[in-house]
Amino acid sequence: MQLLFTILLDGLVYASYLFIVAAGLTIIFGVMKILNVAHGGFYAWGAYTAAYFIGSASEMGFPDWFGFLIIAGSALAVGIVLGLLIERIVLRRLYDHEEILIVLATFGVFLILEDLILLIFGVNPYFAYQPMVALGSVEVGGIFRDVYSLTLFGVALSVAAGSWWMLTRTRWGKLITAVIHDREMALIVGINVRRLFVVTFCAGAVLGALGGAYIAPTVSVAPGFAVDVIVLSFAVVVIGGMGSIPGALIGALLVGLLRALAVHKLPELELFVIFLVMSAVLIVRPEGLFAPAKARKI
Amino acid sequence: MHKAILSDKTVRLTAFALLALAAAGLMLPAWVVNNMMFGLARGAAVLGLLVLWRTGLMSFGHGLYFGLGAYAVALSEQWLGLSDFALRIIIAMLAAVIAGFALGFILRRYRDIFFAMLSLAFSMVLYGILVKTEALGSTDGFSVSQTTFLGWAPEGKQVLFTAIIAVCLTLAVLVQMYLRSTLGRLTTAIRDNEIRVEYLGYSVSQAIHIKYVISAALAGAAGGMMAMALGQVDPDSMVYWTVSGELVFITIMAGPGSVLAPFIGAIIFEFLRTYAFEIAPHAWQLIVGGTLLLIIFFLPGGIWSLLERIPLIRRLRHD
Repeated sequence: MQLLFTILLDGLVYASYLFIVAAGLTIIFGVMKILNVAHGGFYAWGAYTAAYFIGSASEMGFPDWFGFLIIAGSALAVGIVLGLLIERIVLRRLYDHEEILIVLATFGVFLILEDLILLIFGVNPYFAYQPMVALGSVEVGGIFRDVYSLTLFGVALSVAAGSWWMLTRTRWGKLITAVIHDREMALIVGINVRRLFVVTFCAGAVLGALGGAYIAPTVSVAPGFAVDVIVLSFAVVVIGGMGSIPGALIGALLVGLLRALAVHKLPELELFVIFLVMSAVLIVRPEGLFAPAKARKI
Repeated sequence: MHKAILSDKTVRLTAFALLALAAAGLMLPAWVVNNMMFGLARGAAVLGLLVLWRTGLMSFGHGLYFGLGAYAVALSEQWLGLSDFALRIIIAMLAAVIAGFALGFILRRYRDIFFAMLSLAFSMVLYGILVKTEALGSTDGFSVSQTTFLGWAPEGKQVLFTAIIAVCLTLAVLVQMYLRSTLGRLTTAIRDNEIRVEYLGYSVSQAIHIKYVISAALAGAAGGMMAMALGQVDPDSMVYWTVSGELVFITIMAGPGSVLAPFIGAIIFEFLRTYAFEIAPHAWQLIVGGTLLLIIFFLPGGIWSLLERIPLIRRLRHD
């Protein structure tokens, strides 16, 4: 019983964090039809920036809770700056190319972002535990957990609620839905698709960076730590259906819980289980579990 | 049939280039020969991706077959004590063909990004199994003993190098024959319009399945050769998604223009890596990523399209 509860808690924490990253990925795919491998780069940059500034803020004597402002600030800054740069320099040249080539181009961007981190932040790991220490830990059903990881639920839920509200209740959301449904038709009725692309790409990038920035206090931020995350969030997005926010939520829950179960019961099966599920879902439902409906074109 | 093959200019050029390389191998220093062996081995896998890419399909999981080939060589030595070159190549290809044939039934229904992602998932399943299974060497993998030729164990790497060249040449000629056959010519037709191909009376999914098995066999042979050249197999250097990523990268860098392009591209890649590591160890991925972007932007035909400006090679186009 105790074990089951631990698995559930671990799984939910991991799922929340995967969801934040995967939501960014899925929004970008839904609107732009680009599978953005560089998302791993946004994630890593978010984590490094947050860890670096939290470390220096604490040296300068700022209070520990200040870390949360830094996390939010780094996510926004990294997402908007990198998002704008990459959209302008790379993606804009490639919108009329084949999907696969665009994926490869974002893979190139990912490699560049990875090495820029090495060049700028160096090879030593960064630790930014202050926000985690500030919140202390709490006993839940007989298990001690740090409050910080539990706040992840809140962040994930606000991302989910926020994007749901954005997509269904605002003018931007309506425009985005139109573009997802039929890009050409949206162009014809006068929607500025290019501008929508820029906004979407930056929003997705902010979410990717937020995932990294928020996880930074709980891990040692070291080179190459984004590689696994990018493959796992691919799995989440593919399982849920590329371009669907509820899909990303379900996918993240599935992958998070499965991973926690595997880690506690059968550690040798961790990666295997996740990709087995991904293969199974793709075989049964090629578009993923919750893929948005497509307009039929003849 | 054979006459047609011998008069095929691409085949002649490929044979000439690879034989010249074999002759040069006698004079080159050992590390260059080593690098070239890695390049040629990887080149065979890239040739497999080229076969798919001509139809507009790209597999992000060819590390699956590369790894199967490599592990087939290592495990046949562990379990059966095999070390013969020809047997090793055959076993490596066989393992890849069986897996490719089985998975092909599923993959032939997919296109574009879904094809790429499902291949990735399959290769990661294999990676997950290998990393965590003690009997399959876990993360350490196996070392592979020296390759023998009908019982003869030659000194140095020259013989292995020549044998690998022979295999690559054979594979390149076979692929060229395939691409010039009716089935091969369907390649571009399918890329342009699948429905029209169906109306002409050909089965698109069957053509893609055959293509997929061919490309798996090539990647399997490549993995086998890599295992022999490297003397070591482990999951991270044979199956992980970065291995598949490298193969895709070389495919784009080399360009789809000719069956010779993958080998040239892979050898260039091998030397690029060696030098980039030496000159700028922390900027190696930056160089690779930058090259990838530049090629996608400015050189859609890859390195081969540069070579095609040489008059001798340009004539091949009308072949």
